[in-house]
Amino acid sequence: MESRNSRILYLENLTIAFGGLLAVNDFSLEIFQGDLVGLIGPNGAGKTTVFNLISGQYLPTRGKVWFDGREITGLLPDKITALGIARTFQNIRLFGDLSVLENVLVSFHVRTRSSFLSSMFSLPRFWQEEKQIREEASFLLEAVGLKDMASERARSLPYGQQRRLEIARALATHPKLLLLDEPAAGMNPQETQELMEFIQRIRRDFNLTIFLIEHDMKVVMGICERITVMDFGMKIAEGTPEEVRNDPRVIEAYLGVETR
Amino acid sequence: MSGAEKRDLLLTGLLLCLLMLGVWWAQTHLNAYLIRIFNTACIYVVAATAYNLVNGITGQFSLGPNGFMAIGGYTVALLMLPMTQKQEVYFLQPLMWPFNAFSFPPSLFLLALLLGGLLAALVAILIGVPTLRLRGDYLAIATFGFGEIIIVLANNFIPLTNGALGIKGIPEYTNLWWTVGWAFWTVFVLKNLVNSSFGRALKAIREDEVAAEAMGINLFRHKLLAFALSGFFAGVAGGLFVTLISTVSPTLFTFTMTFNLLIIIVLGGLGSLTGSTITAVLFAFLQEGLREVEAPHTIGSWTFPGIPGMRMVVFSVILVILMIFYRRGLFGRWELSWQEVLNLLHRGKKTHGKS
Repeated sequence: MESRNSRILYLENLTIAFGGLLAVNDFSLEIFQGDLVGLIGPNGAGKTTVFNLISGQYLPTRGKVWFDGREITGLLPDKITALGIARTFQNIRLFGDLSVLENVLVSFHVRTRSSFLSSMFSLPRFWQEEKQIREEASFLLEAVGLKDMASERARSLPYGQQRRLEIARALATHPKLLLLDEPAAGMNPQETQELMEFIQRIRRDFNLTIFLIEHDMKVVMGICERITVMDFGMKIAEGTPEEVRNDPRVIEAYLGVETR
Repeated sequence: MSGAEKRDLLLTGLLLCLLMLGVWWAQTHLNAYLIRIFNTACIYVVAATAYNLVNGITGQFSLGPNGFMAIGGYTVALLMLPMTQKQEVYFLQPLMWPFNAFSFPPSLFLLALLLGGLLAALVAILIGVPTLRLRGDYLAIATFGFGEIIIVLANNFIPLTNGALGIKGIPEYTNLWWTVGWAFWTVFVLKNLVNSSFGRALKAIREDEVAAEAMGINLFRHKLLAFALSGFFAGVAGGLFVTLISTVSPTLFTFTMTFNLLIIIVLGGLGSLTGSTITAVLFAFLQEGLREVEAPHTIGSWTFPGIPGMRMVVFSVILVILMIFYRRGLFGRWELSWQEVLNLLHRGKKTHGKS
């Protein structure tokens, strides 16, 4: 790829060991501003672990994570989110008992300026800011098509809408880089199709760089410009969907080797 | 501030005026016994809503509020006890410096309460730093241990606490104005906080710590702030309590106190300030009303001796029944808001008009 855009994420020889298991082994990757990159691989290849390393849930045993020109290895997840990386989870993790609107509002907390005290005593400054973030939150809900559900309990939403709410919640943190962990999991073909359009639309509208894990080949091949393939914690291939599709190592990882 | 918020603030002000009128009326019309129960009820409101902030809103299972109440209680007692009384009470060992050198005049009672609360908040931060890294049962055990340590200290640090004898003759400054005032203030502040961005962050931590952290919420800082604020109000509640009953001793703030508060917040609904407020008042009245079951009774020729502690048996039975039929407490996580009160009034008027 021509590097006309600046490099936004750089994973430098990331390694993490759980006991004797090298879940991610010497994994390096570059993502540029505005890219839509896919990460695929068989079950247990270490894809979600890579996400957890980027977002700060895990501390790498070796290696570094660079984001937007600075090293973020070892920072706490909330700090990394504040710097501009947001994520969704493979097994949806909404704030189930809060309303749909509140789920999105929570994400604004990292940037709210009214102090503990001004909210305690209900000062005008607090109300001003509250009004502002509520407006922005309903704008986001409208963007993901959940505006009518704003006062519903998050837990009561159907599955596909829960996925979209998770994305809206991530967008509310004002990310530069969005990590989507299997966004199409459990969706029917119709929903998957909508999701693909949705992902491309938010990338354009919110000026995002997107890095996604996906099992559904149609999604990955359909929307990603570049794909990285992992197996047993290591990168085994990288390139355009066309290149990856024909790579013998990828075919081997997914289908096994032909024996005679 | 939009129209609805202005209206709510106005209604809250109106409620405060009504409460003040009520207190003024109660002072002259109610007997001392009833006033005493109301005082206790309001102190329970302060302690229980503050406790619910940690256990119900933030979802961190703490068992230490009796420790914070003890700290507030002893601080206020030591600050407000008159000099002559200090010499009289501490006959085993003299009271240590600096408390032997001064005593607050009655006009500084508010300052004493605030200092008691602040000290409790400070201790909350000190013990929160190591313990809030723990979750669930581990946090419960650590905070339970803290409460026990405070009681052991109160029993054995005689130059400060006068040991098991406790401190007697504390001036009874607490009256309905103080208790109702603090109950109102506590609920007002906590309600504002829970409805703010900060409160949403606390609820997010309760719902899912991993997701909350990934949405940019610093878990440790928020838990610690909730813990400290809860400690502050618990300390104030302790201070009000000792100046209500004019004495403080280690037995006053044993684990039973935490257990009472736990009954209140679980019955009311973990996470509902409305629930805690209402059940705190109910609890104070039930505690008095159920004295009857501990008294000796004579039925025909049979005489049953009174069994001390029977009240707790009754409470336990109520708790068991509630846990079977209302697992989320009386109010769940529901909160009363002015909007709902107005809706209710409106609906009432409508049906009234029809009939």
